Amino acid sequence: MNLLGSLFKSSIGKKILMALTGLVLFGFVTGHLVGNLQIFLPPAKINAYAHMLESLGAGLWLIRGFLLLCLVIHVWLAIQLTLENRAARPQAYGAEHVIRATLASRVMARTGIVVLAFVPFHLAHYTLRVGSPGWSEHTFRLTDGTLVRDVHTMMVQGFSNWLVSGFYVIAVGVLAYHLSHGIVSAVQTLGLKNEKWAGQVERFAAAYCWLYFLLNAAIPLAVLGGFVKLAA
Amino acid sequence: MVAETPSKKLFSVTLRIWRQAGPSAPGRFVDYPAKDVNPDMSFLELLDVVNDGITLKGDEPVAFAHDCREGICGTCSCTINGKPHGPGKGIATCQLYMRSFQDGDTIVVEPFRAKAFPIQKDLVTDRAAFDKIQQAGGFISVRTGAAPDANSIPVPKEDADLAMDAATCIGCGACVAACKNASAMLFVAAKVSHLGLMPQGQPERDKRVLAMVQTMDEAGFGNCTNQYECSAVCPKLISHDFIARMNRDYVAAIFKSRFKPASNAAAGGAG
Repeated sequence: MNLLGSLFKSSIGKKILMALTGLVLFGFVTGHLVGNLQIFLPPAKINAYAHMLESLGAGLWLIRGFLLLCLVIHVWLAIQLTLENRAARPQAYGAEHVIRATLASRVMARTGIVVLAFVPFHLAHYTLRVGSPGWSEHTFRLTDGTLVRDVHTMMVQGFSNWLVSGFYVIAVGVLAYHLSHGIVSAVQTLGLKNEKWAGQVERFAAAYCWLYFLLNAAIPLAVLGGFVKLAA
Repeated sequence: MVAETPSKKLFSVTLRIWRQAGPSAPGRFVDYPAKDVNPDMSFLELLDVVNDGITLKGDEPVAFAHDCREGICGTCSCTINGKPHGPGKGIATCQLYMRSFQDGDTIVVEPFRAKAFPIQKDLVTDRAAFDKIQQAGGFISVRTGAAPDANSIPVPKEDADLAMDAATCIGCGACVAACKNASAMLFVAAKVSHLGLMPQGQPERDKRVLAMVQTMDEAGFGNCTNQYECSAVCPKLISHDFIARMNRDYVAAIFKSRFKPASNAAAGGAG
Protein backbone atom coordinates (compact mmCIF):
# COMPACT_ATOMS: atom_id res chain seq x y z
CA MET A 1 0.00 0.00 0.00
CA ASN A 2 1.17 3.54 -0.65
CA LEU A 3 1.42 6.15 2.06
CA LEU A 4 -2.10 7.58 1.73
CA GLY A 5 -3.53 4.09 1.37
CA SER A 6 -1.79 3.00 4.57
CA LEU A 7 -3.16 6.03 6.38
CA PHE A 8 -6.75 5.89 5.10
CA LYS A 9 -7.25 2.13 4.74
CA SER A 10 -5.38 0.41 7.57
CA SER A 11 -6.71 0.23 11.13
CA ILE A 12 -3.69 1.99 12.62
CA GLY A 13 -3.56 4.58 9.82
CA LYS A 14 -7.18 5.52 10.42
CA LYS A 15 -6.53 5.83 14.13
CA ILE A 16 -3.52 8.05 13.48
CA LEU A 17 -5.64 10.31 11.26
CA MET A 18 -8.37 10.41 13.91
CA ALA A 19 -5.76 11.49 16.45
CA LEU A 20 -4.12 14.11 14.22
CA THR A 21 -7.38 15.68 13.01
CA GLY A 22 -8.67 15.51 16.58
CA LEU A 23 -5.62 17.40 17.81
CA VAL A 24 -6.09 20.09 15.14
CA LEU A 25 -9.72 20.53 16.20
CA PHE A 26 -8.62 20.50 19.84
CA GLY A 27 -6.19 23.32 19.02
CA PHE A 28 -8.98 25.21 17.26
CA VAL A 29 -11.49 25.00 20.13
CA THR A 30 -8.76 26.06 22.55
CA GLY A 31 -7.85 29.11 20.45
CA HIS A 32 -11.54 29.89 19.93
CA LEU A 33 -12.10 29.88 23.69
CA VAL A 34 -9.13 32.15 24.36
CA GLY A 35 -10.43 34.58 21.72
CA ASN A 36 -13.96 34.51 23.16
CA LEU A 37 -12.75 35.21 26.68
CA GLN A 38 -12.01 38.75 25.50
CA ILE A 39 -15.73 39.35 26.04
CA PHE A 40 -14.73 40.04 29.65
CA LEU A 41 -12.52 42.95 28.49
CA PRO A 42 -13.76 46.31 27.17
CA PRO A 43 -15.76 45.85 23.89
CA ALA A 44 -12.99 47.40 21.77
CA LYS A 45 -10.73 44.40 22.45
CA ILE A 46 -12.92 41.62 21.10
CA ASN A 47 -14.18 43.80 18.25
CA ALA A 48 -10.64 44.58 17.16
CA TYR A 49 -9.75 40.88 17.45
CA ALA A 50 -12.74 39.84 15.32
CA HIS A 51 -11.86 42.53 12.79
CA MET A 52 -8.28 41.26 12.64
CA LEU A 53 -9.55 37.70 11.92
CA GLU A 54 -11.99 38.88 9.26
CA SER A 55 -9.23 40.94 7.59
CA LEU A 56 -7.15 37.82 7.00
CA GLY A 57 -9.01 37.42 3.71
CA ALA A 58 -7.68 34.43 1.79
CA GLY A 59 -5.77 33.33 4.88
CA LEU A 60 -9.02 33.07 6.79
CA TRP A 61 -10.54 30.88 4.10
CA LEU A 62 -7.43 28.69 4.04
CA ILE A 63 -7.74 28.17 7.78
CA ARG A 64 -11.49 27.54 7.51
CA GLY A 65 -10.93 25.11 4.66
CA PHE A 66 -8.26 23.25 6.60
CA LEU A 67 -10.45 23.01 9.70
CA LEU A 68 -13.38 21.79 7.62
CA LEU A 69 -11.16 19.19 5.97
CA CYS A 70 -10.02 17.97 9.40
CA LEU A 71 -13.61 17.83 10.62
CA VAL A 72 -14.75 15.89 7.55
CA ILE A 73 -11.88 13.37 7.88
CA HIS A 74 -12.48 13.02 11.62
CA VAL A 75 -16.22 12.38 11.20
CA TRP A 76 -15.89 10.21 8.09
CA LEU A 77 -13.30 7.94 9.71
CA ALA A 78 -15.28 7.86 12.95
CA ILE A 79 -18.27 6.50 11.02
CA GLN A 80 -16.10 3.94 9.21
CA LEU A 81 -14.31 2.81 12.36
CA THR A 82 -17.56 2.54 14.31
CA LEU A 83 -19.18 0.40 11.60
CA GLU A 84 -16.08 -1.83 11.40
CA ASN A 85 -16.02 -2.19 15.16
CA ARG A 86 -19.67 -3.24 15.24
CA ALA A 87 -19.11 -5.73 12.45
CA ALA A 88 -16.16 -7.24 14.35
CA ARG A 89 -18.54 -8.58 17.00
CA PRO A 90 -21.71 -9.70 15.25
CA GLN A 91 -23.07 -11.43 18.36
CA ALA A 92 -23.08 -9.58 21.66
CA TYR A 93 -22.19 -11.25 24.95
CA GLY A 94 -25.03 -12.57 27.08
CA ALA A 95 -23.34 -11.03 30.10
CA GLU A 96 -21.89 -7.60 29.37
CA HIS A 97 -19.06 -6.58 31.64
CA VAL A 98 -16.94 -3.43 31.67
CA ILE A 99 -13.63 -3.61 33.48
CA ARG A 100 -12.09 -0.20 33.15
CA ALA A 101 -13.29 1.46 29.95
CA THR A 102 -14.44 4.92 31.06
CA LEU A 103 -17.97 6.08 30.29
CA ALA A 104 -16.53 8.95 28.21
CA SER A 105 -14.68 6.41 26.05
CA ARG A 106 -17.82 4.35 25.49
CA VAL A 107 -20.01 7.25 24.35
CA MET A 108 -17.55 8.96 21.97
CA ALA A 109 -19.84 8.51 18.95
CA ARG A 110 -22.83 9.92 20.83
CA THR A 111 -20.96 12.92 22.26
CA GLY A 112 -19.47 13.47 18.81
CA ILE A 113 -22.93 13.61 17.23
CA VAL A 114 -24.08 16.27 19.73
CA VAL A 115 -21.01 18.41 19.00
CA LEU A 116 -21.49 17.88 15.26
CA ALA A 117 -25.12 18.99 15.51
CA PHE A 118 -24.05 22.11 17.38
CA VAL A 119 -21.54 23.24 14.71
CA PRO A 120 -24.03 24.23 11.93
CA PHE A 121 -26.30 25.88 14.49
CA HIS A 122 -23.40 27.85 15.93
CA LEU A 123 -22.14 28.85 12.46
CA ALA A 124 -25.62 29.93 11.32
CA HIS A 125 -26.05 31.90 14.52
CA TYR A 126 -22.78 33.84 14.76
CA THR A 127 -20.90 33.40 11.47
CA LEU A 128 -23.71 33.60 8.90
CA ARG A 129 -25.85 35.58 11.37
CA VAL A 130 -29.08 34.14 9.97
CA GLY A 131 -32.05 36.22 11.12
CA SER A 132 -29.90 38.95 12.63
CA PRO A 133 -28.74 41.20 9.76
CA GLY A 134 -27.93 43.97 12.25
CA TRP A 135 -24.99 41.94 13.54
CA SER A 136 -23.29 42.23 10.14
CA GLU A 137 -23.27 46.02 10.11
CA HIS A 138 -20.11 47.96 10.85
CA THR A 139 -21.26 50.10 13.71
CA PHE A 140 -18.37 50.04 16.16
CA ARG A 141 -15.58 52.62 15.89
CA LEU A 142 -12.12 51.44 16.97
CA THR A 143 -9.68 53.95 18.49
CA ASP A 144 -7.98 54.36 15.09
CA GLY A 145 -11.32 55.34 13.59
CA THR A 146 -12.01 52.13 11.66
CA LEU A 147 -15.65 51.09 11.64
CA VAL A 148 -15.97 47.37 12.45
CA ARG A 149 -18.66 44.84 13.32
CA ASP A 150 -19.83 45.02 16.93
CA VAL A 151 -19.10 41.45 17.99
CA HIS A 152 -19.45 42.36 21.64
CA THR A 153 -23.07 43.43 21.16
CA MET A 154 -23.72 40.37 18.98
CA MET A 155 -22.52 38.02 21.73
CA VAL A 156 -24.45 39.80 24.47
CA GLN A 157 -27.66 39.84 22.42
CA GLY A 158 -27.13 36.28 21.21
CA PHE A 159 -26.60 34.83 24.66
CA SER A 160 -29.48 36.81 26.18
CA ASN A 161 -31.68 34.04 24.80
CA TRP A 162 -31.99 31.26 27.40
CA LEU A 163 -32.49 28.53 24.81
CA VAL A 164 -29.39 29.55 22.85
CA SER A 165 -27.32 29.77 26.00
CA GLY A 166 -28.68 26.46 27.26
CA PHE A 167 -27.77 24.62 24.05
CA TYR A 168 -24.36 26.32 24.11
CA VAL A 169 -23.59 25.22 27.67
CA ILE A 170 -24.75 21.66 26.93
CA ALA A 171 -22.66 21.55 23.74
CA VAL A 172 -19.46 22.75 25.38
CA GLY A 173 -20.06 20.34 28.28
CA VAL A 174 -20.48 17.42 25.89
CA LEU A 175 -17.44 18.56 23.91
CA ALA A 176 -15.35 18.72 27.10
CA TYR A 177 -16.50 15.18 27.93
CA HIS A 178 -15.60 14.06 24.37
CA LEU A 179 -12.14 15.62 24.79
CA SER A 180 -11.57 13.99 28.18
CA HIS A 181 -11.16 10.67 26.35
CA GLY A 182 -10.02 12.18 23.06
CA ILE A 183 -6.91 13.93 24.38
CA VAL A 184 -5.54 10.91 26.24
CA SER A 185 -6.55 8.61 23.40
CA ALA A 186 -4.74 10.74 20.80
CA VAL A 187 -1.51 10.66 22.81
CA GLN A 188 -1.75 6.87 23.02
CA THR A 189 -2.63 6.46 19.35
CA LEU A 190 0.31 8.60 18.26
CA GLY A 191 2.51 6.25 20.25
CA LEU A 192 3.63 8.86 22.75
CA LYS A 193 2.06 7.48 25.91
CA ASN A 194 3.50 4.97 28.33
CA GLU A 195 2.99 4.00 31.96
CA LYS A 196 5.73 6.36 33.12
CA TRP A 197 3.68 9.44 32.37
CA ALA A 198 0.19 8.15 31.56
CA GLY A 199 -1.01 9.57 34.88
CA GLN A 200 0.23 13.03 34.00
CA VAL A 201 -1.47 12.92 30.59
CA GLU A 202 -4.73 11.86 32.25
CA ARG A 203 -4.53 14.60 34.88
CA PHE A 204 -3.77 17.20 32.23
CA ALA A 205 -6.78 16.06 30.18
CA ALA A 206 -9.08 16.16 33.21
CA ALA A 207 -7.90 19.61 34.26
CA TYR A 208 -8.09 20.92 30.69
CA CYS A 209 -11.62 19.63 30.15
CA TRP A 210 -12.97 21.09 33.39
CA LEU A 211 -11.32 24.41 32.64
CA TYR A 212 -12.54 24.33 29.04
CA PHE A 213 -16.12 23.68 30.16
CA LEU A 214 -16.18 26.22 33.00
CA LEU A 215 -14.60 29.06 31.02
CA ASN A 216 -16.88 28.46 28.04
CA ALA A 217 -19.97 28.20 30.19
CA ALA A 218 -18.95 31.41 31.98
CA ILE A 219 -19.61 33.46 28.82
CA PRO A 220 -23.37 32.88 28.39
CA LEU A 221 -23.85 32.71 32.15
CA ALA A 222 -22.14 36.08 32.57
CA VAL A 223 -24.42 37.57 29.90
CA LEU A 224 -27.55 36.07 31.42
CA GLY A 225 -26.44 37.12 34.89
CA GLY A 226 -25.91 40.69 33.76
CA PHE A 227 -22.16 40.72 34.40
CA VAL A 228 -21.40 41.38 30.75
CA LYS A 229 -23.67 44.14 29.42
CA LEU A 230 -24.17 46.02 26.19
CA ALA A 231 -21.73 48.88 25.82
CA ALA A 232 -23.35 52.12 26.93
CA MET B 1 3.14 -15.69 57.94
CA VAL B 2 0.45 -18.32 57.87
CA ALA B 3 -2.27 -17.79 55.32
CA GLU B 4 -5.84 -17.88 56.53
CA THR B 5 -7.30 -21.34 56.00
CA PRO B 6 -9.83 -21.02 53.21
CA SER B 7 -13.22 -22.57 53.64
CA LYS B 8 -13.44 -26.18 52.48
CA LYS B 9 -17.24 -26.18 52.61
CA LEU B 10 -18.87 -27.60 49.52
CA PHE B 11 -21.36 -25.34 47.78
CA SER B 12 -23.70 -25.12 44.81
CA VAL B 13 -23.71 -22.93 41.73
CA THR B 14 -25.63 -22.81 38.46
CA LEU B 15 -23.64 -22.79 35.25
CA ARG B 16 -25.44 -20.94 32.43
CA ILE B 17 -23.52 -22.27 29.45
CA TRP B 18 -23.72 -21.27 25.78
CA ARG B 19 -24.63 -24.35 23.75
CA GLN B 20 -24.17 -24.29 20.00
CA ALA B 21 -24.09 -27.51 17.99
CA GLY B 22 -21.93 -26.21 15.16
CA PRO B 23 -20.48 -23.14 13.43
CA SER B 24 -23.71 -22.13 11.73
CA ALA B 25 -26.20 -23.61 14.22
CA PRO B 26 -28.13 -21.20 16.43
CA GLY B 27 -26.89 -21.04 20.00
CA ARG B 28 -28.61 -20.57 23.35
CA PHE B 29 -27.87 -20.58 27.05
CA VAL B 30 -28.65 -23.73 29.04
CA ASP B 31 -28.58 -23.89 32.84
CA TYR B 32 -26.68 -26.70 34.54
CA PRO B 33 -26.95 -26.87 38.33
CA ALA B 34 -23.72 -28.03 40.00
CA LYS B 35 -23.90 -29.37 43.56
CA ASP B 36 -21.09 -30.27 45.98
CA VAL B 37 -18.65 -27.90 44.38
CA ASN B 38 -15.28 -28.06 46.09
CA PRO B 39 -13.84 -24.53 46.46
CA ASP B 40 -10.41 -25.90 45.53
CA MET B 41 -11.62 -27.27 42.20
CA SER B 42 -10.46 -25.39 39.18
CA PHE B 43 -13.19 -23.99 36.97
CA LEU B 44 -12.29 -26.44 34.21
CA GLU B 45 -12.49 -29.34 36.68
CA LEU B 46 -16.02 -28.23 37.48
CA LEU B 47 -16.80 -28.28 33.76
CA ASP B 48 -15.37 -31.83 33.65
CA VAL B 49 -17.65 -32.87 36.52
CA VAL B 50 -20.70 -31.22 34.94
CA ASN B 51 -19.83 -32.93 31.65
CA ASP B 52 -19.69 -36.32 33.42
CA GLY B 53 -23.24 -35.72 34.62
CA ILE B 54 -24.40 -34.68 31.13
CA THR B 55 -22.73 -37.74 29.58
CA LEU B 56 -24.33 -40.09 32.10
CA LYS B 57 -27.72 -38.68 31.12
CA GLY B 58 -26.88 -39.54 27.52
CA ASP B 59 -26.60 -35.94 26.34
CA GLU B 60 -23.83 -34.22 24.43
CA PRO B 61 -21.17 -32.86 26.82
CA VAL B 62 -20.14 -29.22 26.68
CA ALA B 63 -17.23 -28.70 24.29
CA PHE B 64 -14.55 -26.41 25.69
CA ALA B 65 -10.95 -25.79 24.72
CA HIS B 66 -8.20 -26.71 27.18
CA ASP B 67 -4.77 -28.21 27.12
CA CYS B 68 -1.93 -27.57 29.58
CA ARG B 69 -4.17 -26.41 32.44
CA GLU B 70 -1.27 -24.49 33.94
CA GLY B 71 -1.66 -21.13 32.24
CA ILE B 72 1.02 -21.34 29.59
CA CYS B 73 -0.55 -22.77 26.45
CA GLY B 74 -3.31 -20.23 25.79
CA THR B 75 -5.86 -22.83 24.76
CA CYS B 76 -8.58 -22.32 27.37
CA SER B 77 -10.84 -19.51 26.36
CA CYS B 78 -14.13 -19.07 28.14
CA THR B 79 -15.77 -15.74 28.83
CA ILE B 80 -17.07 -16.05 32.38
CA ASN B 81 -19.64 -13.54 33.64
CA GLY B 82 -18.72 -11.30 30.70
CA LYS B 83 -14.98 -11.32 31.42
CA PRO B 84 -12.57 -13.44 29.37
CA HIS B 85 -10.86 -15.95 31.70
CA GLY B 86 -13.31 -14.95 34.46
CA PRO B 87 -12.76 -13.04 37.67
CA GLY B 88 -9.20 -12.58 38.85
CA LYS B 89 -6.21 -10.81 37.39
CA GLY B 90 -3.36 -12.23 35.35
CA ILE B 91 -4.80 -15.73 35.06
CA ALA B 92 -6.14 -17.97 32.32
CA THR B 93 -9.43 -19.84 32.78
CA CYS B 94 -7.51 -22.96 33.86
CA GLN B 95 -6.05 -21.01 36.78
CA LEU B 96 -9.46 -19.92 38.02
CA TYR B 97 -10.66 -21.74 41.14
CA MET B 98 -14.17 -22.19 42.40
CA ARG B 99 -13.30 -20.33 45.62
CA SER B 100 -13.66 -17.19 43.48
CA PHE B 101 -17.42 -17.80 43.50
CA GLN B 102 -20.13 -17.85 46.18
CA ASP B 103 -22.76 -20.41 47.06
CA GLY B 104 -25.84 -19.88 44.89
CA ASP B 105 -24.04 -17.94 42.14
CA THR B 106 -25.23 -18.20 38.56
CA ILE B 107 -22.10 -18.24 36.39
CA VAL B 108 -22.56 -17.25 32.75
CA VAL B 109 -20.11 -19.12 30.52
CA GLU B 110 -19.76 -18.08 26.88
CA PRO B 111 -17.25 -18.47 24.08
CA PHE B 112 -14.93 -15.61 23.10
CA ARG B 113 -17.11 -13.56 20.76
CA ALA B 114 -15.54 -12.04 17.66
CA LYS B 115 -16.20 -12.29 13.94
CA ALA B 116 -12.54 -13.29 13.46
CA PHE B 117 -12.96 -16.13 16.01
CA PRO B 118 -15.87 -18.15 14.61
CA ILE B 119 -17.53 -20.51 17.08
CA GLN B 120 -16.88 -24.16 16.26
CA LYS B 121 -19.01 -25.71 18.95
CA ASP B 122 -20.31 -24.58 22.38
CA LEU B 123 -17.38 -22.76 23.98
CA VAL B 124 -14.78 -23.63 21.35
CA THR B 125 -13.72 -20.93 18.90
CA ASP B 126 -11.40 -21.08 15.91
CA ARG B 127 -8.52 -18.74 16.64
CA ALA B 128 -6.57 -19.52 13.47
CA ALA B 129 -6.67 -15.81 12.60
CA PHE B 130 -3.89 -15.39 15.18
CA ASP B 131 -1.81 -18.05 13.42
CA LYS B 132 -2.23 -16.20 10.13
CA ILE B 133 -1.02 -12.97 11.74
CA GLN B 134 1.98 -14.79 13.20
CA GLN B 135 2.80 -16.36 9.86
CA ALA B 136 2.72 -12.92 8.23
CA GLY B 137 5.73 -11.71 10.21
CA GLY B 138 5.90 -12.91 13.80
CA PHE B 139 9.30 -14.50 13.33
CA ILE B 140 12.89 -13.69 12.43
CA SER B 141 14.55 -15.22 9.39
CA VAL B 142 17.86 -16.66 10.51
CA ARG B 143 20.19 -19.31 9.21
CA THR B 144 19.97 -22.40 11.30
CA GLY B 145 23.19 -23.91 12.51
CA ALA B 146 25.17 -24.09 15.69
CA ALA B 147 23.88 -22.01 18.58
CA PRO B 148 25.70 -18.66 18.67
CA ASP B 149 27.89 -17.83 21.65
CA ALA B 150 25.99 -16.34 24.52
CA ASN B 151 26.26 -12.54 24.61
CA SER B 152 27.76 -12.39 21.13
CA ILE B 153 25.10 -9.77 20.46
CA PRO B 154 24.85 -7.46 23.47
CA VAL B 155 21.28 -6.64 24.52
CA PRO B 156 20.66 -4.02 27.21
CA LYS B 157 18.96 -5.56 30.23
CA GLU B 158 16.04 -3.05 30.06
CA ASP B 159 15.36 -4.01 26.43
CA ALA B 160 15.58 -7.69 27.21
CA ASP B 161 13.13 -7.30 30.09
CA LEU B 162 10.68 -5.28 28.00
CA ALA B 163 10.96 -7.76 25.13
CA MET B 164 10.27 -10.57 27.60
CA ASP B 165 7.16 -8.77 28.88
CA ALA B 166 5.82 -8.79 25.32
CA ALA B 167 7.03 -12.33 24.65
CA THR B 168 4.95 -13.71 27.53
CA CYS B 169 1.90 -13.50 25.22
CA ILE B 170 0.37 -16.96 24.97
CA GLY B 171 -1.94 -16.00 22.10
CA CYS B 172 -5.12 -16.95 23.94
CA GLY B 173 -7.24 -14.20 22.37
CA ALA B 174 -8.65 -12.81 25.62
CA CYS B 175 -7.65 -9.30 24.46
CA VAL B 176 -9.91 -9.67 21.42
CA ALA B 177 -12.70 -11.14 23.51
CA ALA B 178 -12.57 -8.32 26.07
CA CYS B 179 -12.26 -5.45 23.58
CA LYS B 180 -15.65 -3.90 22.85
CA ASN B 181 -14.47 -3.68 19.22
CA ALA B 182 -13.01 -7.20 19.12
CA SER B 183 -9.66 -5.67 18.20
CA ALA B 184 -6.48 -7.74 18.12
CA MET B 185 -4.17 -4.80 18.74
CA LEU B 186 -2.71 -6.05 22.02
CA PHE B 187 -1.83 -9.46 20.58
CA VAL B 188 -0.28 -8.00 17.44
CA ALA B 189 1.49 -5.29 19.44
CA ALA B 190 3.02 -7.91 21.73
CA LYS B 191 4.23 -9.99 18.80
CA VAL B 192 5.56 -6.96 16.91
CA SER B 193 7.29 -5.54 19.97
CA HIS B 194 8.96 -8.61 21.38
CA LEU B 195 10.98 -9.02 18.19
CA GLY B 196 11.21 -5.29 17.46
CA LEU B 197 12.96 -4.74 20.79
CA MET B 198 15.73 -7.23 20.04
CA PRO B 199 18.72 -6.63 17.77
CA GLN B 200 17.91 -9.88 15.93
CA GLY B 201 14.49 -8.47 15.02
CA GLN B 202 15.74 -5.26 13.42
CA PRO B 203 16.32 -6.36 9.78
CA GLU B 204 12.64 -7.28 9.33
CA ARG B 205 11.18 -4.74 11.73
CA ASP B 206 9.34 -2.57 9.18
CA LYS B 207 8.25 -5.47 7.00
CA ARG B 208 6.98 -7.29 10.08
CA VAL B 209 4.73 -4.56 11.42
CA LEU B 210 3.29 -3.75 7.98
CA ALA B 211 2.52 -7.39 7.16
CA MET B 212 1.13 -8.28 10.58
CA VAL B 213 -1.14 -5.23 10.74
CA GLN B 214 -2.39 -5.87 7.21
CA THR B 215 -3.17 -9.50 8.05
CA MET B 216 -4.90 -8.39 11.25
CA ASP B 217 -7.09 -5.95 9.29
CA GLU B 218 -7.97 -8.57 6.69
CA ALA B 219 -9.05 -11.03 9.38
CA GLY B 220 -11.96 -8.80 10.41
CA PHE B 221 -10.82 -7.64 13.84
CA GLY B 222 -12.07 -4.26 15.04
CA ASN B 223 -10.07 -1.12 15.78
CA CYS B 224 -8.54 0.08 19.01
CA THR B 225 -10.39 2.78 20.94
CA ASN B 226 -7.85 2.96 23.77
CA GLN B 227 -10.07 1.64 26.53
CA TYR B 228 -7.54 -0.92 27.78
CA GLU B 229 -9.99 -3.74 28.49
CA CYS B 230 -7.46 -5.95 26.66
CA SER B 231 -4.56 -5.45 29.04
CA ALA B 232 -6.92 -5.74 32.02
CA VAL B 233 -7.90 -9.30 31.08
CA CYS B 234 -4.56 -10.44 29.66
CA PRO B 235 -3.50 -13.54 31.60
CA LYS B 236 0.08 -12.32 31.26
CA LEU B 237 -0.82 -8.68 32.06
CA ILE B 238 0.83 -7.40 28.89
CA SER B 239 0.70 -3.62 28.87
CA HIS B 240 -1.21 -1.56 26.31
CA ASP B 241 1.98 0.52 26.10
CA PHE B 242 3.00 -2.00 23.46
CA ILE B 243 0.06 -0.80 21.33
CA ALA B 244 1.48 2.74 21.45
CA ARG B 245 4.83 1.27 20.49
CA MET B 246 3.35 -0.63 17.56
CA ASN B 247 1.55 2.52 16.33
CA ARG B 248 4.90 4.31 16.36
CA ASP B 249 6.59 1.42 14.54
CA TYR B 250 3.79 1.34 11.97
CA VAL B 251 3.98 5.07 11.21
CA ALA B 252 7.77 4.87 10.89
CA ALA B 253 7.42 1.85 8.58
CA ILE B 254 4.88 3.41 6.21
CA PHE B 255 7.01 6.54 5.85
CA LYS B 256 10.21 4.55 5.38
CA SER B 257 8.61 2.28 2.80
CA ARG B 258 7.56 5.40 0.89
CA PHE B 259 10.68 7.54 1.13
CA LYS B 260 13.64 5.29 1.94
CA PRO B 261 15.77 4.75 -1.19
CA ALA B 262 16.05 1.18 -2.42
CA SER B 263 19.14 -0.27 -4.02
CA ASN B 264 19.04 -0.93 -7.75
CA ALA B 265 20.52 -4.34 -7.00
CA ALA B 266 17.45 -5.34 -5.04
CA ALA B 267 15.63 -6.53 -8.13
CA GLY B 268 18.61 -8.19 -9.77
CA GLY B 269 21.13 -10.68 -8.50
CA ALA B 270 23.41 -13.08 -10.28
CA GLY B 271 21.02 -14.70 -12.67
